[in-house]
Amino acid sequence: MSTVLPPPSKRQRTDAAEKARLQQDIEEIPSDAGSLRLQFYDETTGLPIGNGPVLVPVADATPKNLELLLNTLQGHDPSEYIPYRFTLPVPDKKTSETNTTAFPANIYKTLITPGLISTEEVQNISAAPQAVFRVQAVSRCASSIPGHGEAILATQFSPRTSARMVSGSGDHTARIWDCDTGTPVHTLKGHTSWVLAVSWSSDDSRIVTGSMDNTVRMWDPKTGKQVGNTMKGHTKWITSIAWEPYHAQRPGEPRFASASKDSTVRVWSANQQTIDLVLSGHKGSVSCVKWGGTGFIYTACHDKTVKVWNAKDGTLAHTLNSHAHWVNHLALSTDFVIRTAFHDHTGKIPGTDEEKVAKAKERFLKAATIQGEVVERLVSASDDFTMYLWDPAKGTKPVARLLGHQKQVNHVTFSPDGLLIASSGFDNHTKVWNARDGKFINTLRGHVAPVYMCAFSPDSRLLVTGSKDTTLKVWDMRTHKLAVDLPGHKDEVYAVDWSPDGQKVGSGGKDKAVRIWRH
Amino acid sequence: MERWRKLHGRRLDHEERTRKKAAREGHKASEDAQKLTGLRAKLYQKKRHHEKIQMKKQIKAHEERNVKSSAPNEPSTTPLPQYLLDRSNPTNAKALSSAIKNKRAEKAAKFSVPLPKVRGIAEEEMFKVVKTGKKTAKKGWKRMITKPTFVGPDFTRRPVKYERFIRPMGLRYKKAHVTHPELGVTVNLPIISVKKNPQNPMYTQLGVLTKGTIIEVNVSDLGLVTAGGKVVWGRWAQITNNCENDGCVNAVLLV
Repeated sequence: MSTVLPPPSKRQRTDAAEKARLQQDIEEIPSDAGSLRLQFYDETTGLPIGNGPVLVPVADATPKNLELLLNTLQGHDPSEYIPYRFTLPVPDKKTSETNTTAFPANIYKTLITPGLISTEEVQNISAAPQAVFRVQAVSRCASSIPGHGEAILATQFSPRTSARMVSGSGDHTARIWDCDTGTPVHTLKGHTSWVLAVSWSSDDSRIVTGSMDNTVRMWDPKTGKQVGNTMKGHTKWITSIAWEPYHAQRPGEPRFASASKDSTVRVWSANQQTIDLVLSGHKGSVSCVKWGGTGFIYTACHDKTVKVWNAKDGTLAHTLNSHAHWVNHLALSTDFVIRTAFHDHTGKIPGTDEEKVAKAKERFLKAATIQGEVVERLVSASDDFTMYLWDPAKGTKPVARLLGHQKQVNHVTFSPDGLLIASSGFDNHTKVWNARDGKFINTLRGHVAPVYMCAFSPDSRLLVTGSKDTTLKVWDMRTHKLAVDLPGHKDEVYAVDWSPDGQKVGSGGKDKAVRIWRH
Repeated sequence: MERWRKLHGRRLDHEERTRKKAAREGHKASEDAQKLTGLRAKLYQKKRHHEKIQMKKQIKAHEERNVKSSAPNEPSTTPLPQYLLDRSNPTNAKALSSAIKNKRAEKAAKFSVPLPKVRGIAEEEMFKVVKTGKKTAKKGWKRMITKPTFVGPDFTRRPVKYERFIRPMGLRYKKAHVTHPELGVTVNLPIISVKKNPQNPMYTQLGVLTKGTIIEVNVSDLGLVTAGGKVVWGRWAQITNNCENDGCVNAVLLV
């Protein structure tokens, strides 16, 4: 027999009546509210779109209608309409500074009636093109897979599919997981100490792991067996690994770079497992290495510098020194396309190697081209609480200094569309910045302990952060609000990754279980 | 002596004598330790105690210096991601929280406390009858609590006429030394409230701190978080000492 609920109390009844009464009158936008004069700007370039402002009646000014208008303005074919994210500067009443806010659904009620903007002035609307596909926010833990005997220190999804993920752990192994069924596939045994870095090659054929035992090992993800010899050469532990971008490789001769605490970066040939180049010149532990698509290798170091090397011969191209403390992490605007190469959201893989290279190159150029120029931007996060945005091709002067964090910045990433930068730090906050000019956009508050890592969804609409406070949080990049809170880990979350097809988020941490999150 | 030494040099057998003296030192020490009595013995033992401490320290320092590492040494026993490797992290509190979580997984441990039984305390021992004043002397309804107590931060005493229980200022405590049983970490934490005094529910109300009392302590500065990512604020602990004898409150965290 089920429990009969007591009848609603008087307070509940009056509340319900009040709610029903309030909901009856829907706010109408008066037809005489006038028109907004809107000037669209392209967020990627900062240049105006169309000639002169467009008049839009206030009643019709919704993001959906603007999207239609902008697509027509640019003469897009109806079958190729691109979704846009609109933002506009709104003056703050108290501080008289302008905040960048998302274009609201009802602009009359939210902005015009409070007197924040007026129909008299031209509104500068900045339009950011969005991915045509949409990633749904992960909302539940699909599986929690035990297996590792110690904390998980690094995770990465396969670039091809979200069904495979590799995780490196403190139990001296790396493991490959089947994320669809939540089962282990292979255990990569061989290292004699913690596995600190794992990296999947962008053609999905190899995995490279770097360890505390100063060695690098290469594995075949299909069989789980080690490929070739153990790569020895470093005298301290490996901190980071980066593969040569697929389109820039000499056909059939992939290379990768490993950064180490011993202040060198070594470039290895994947076929021979021999050292191709040694990039020495840093004076401290190299904390991060990234291989750019334009023929440069970028390294961040605890000696306060970021160095740019020519990938061809290993000569030093630039030294970027502006930071006042350790540089912790680097991110490239093209990170995502370099990681995924020819794997796009459709899941189609070209048949031949030439087609693969061509597609990888095309995707890279599409992502990196701004106004007909191939631009690869770099952002460096540092212990001096700041970040710098660089354009290494244009010289050693930073584009912008990103100020705002109140403690060390640990991790920084570019959104896959290259329009946003997210940085997470030890001050428990994640901050979002404009990737074009480095302007501050918003702070994502919610974590109660240092945020260790963040990862964008492939459509750049969502961000997931992993923190010491044992939770993952998913943030909406339009409203900059918390989309989903994902508790479940029993201890600190050290590593988090969003799969390149957007279906799953994988995370691992001190509680020794790999967790797969999905919609 | 110094002048003589400068003029004539040391005795010819000086080296030998010092060597022999040093060699006999152990025997001398042992004889002293056995034979001395009274104040001399006390002084001697104290000196010896200090010497031994210094020796132990020195030996330890030597041992640490001699450790040779062939394998790449891991900076700590708990694995850390590379971005945390060179940082000095206060990991104590964190370890504490994970230990608590591990323990909670065993459901049976939920209701067990470190001190299951306590000595009963009679009302006569707990309360002293106050007989000062004209009216009180006649009836004797006023009581003074003879044990340490915890009163809340916003407590004010009632008017004399109505105050039945006096909790003396000198016996009030705000903080407790709380030990984590598994880690052996002790932290001085503010008391939030008295949850349960096993002696008598009235003592719980009065906030009496006796051995075995369950108190709630403020652990917010340890930075613990729940599984849901909220900061843990209060946590329960059980008092392990006789506070009235020791002048401090020692407690053990309930995990």
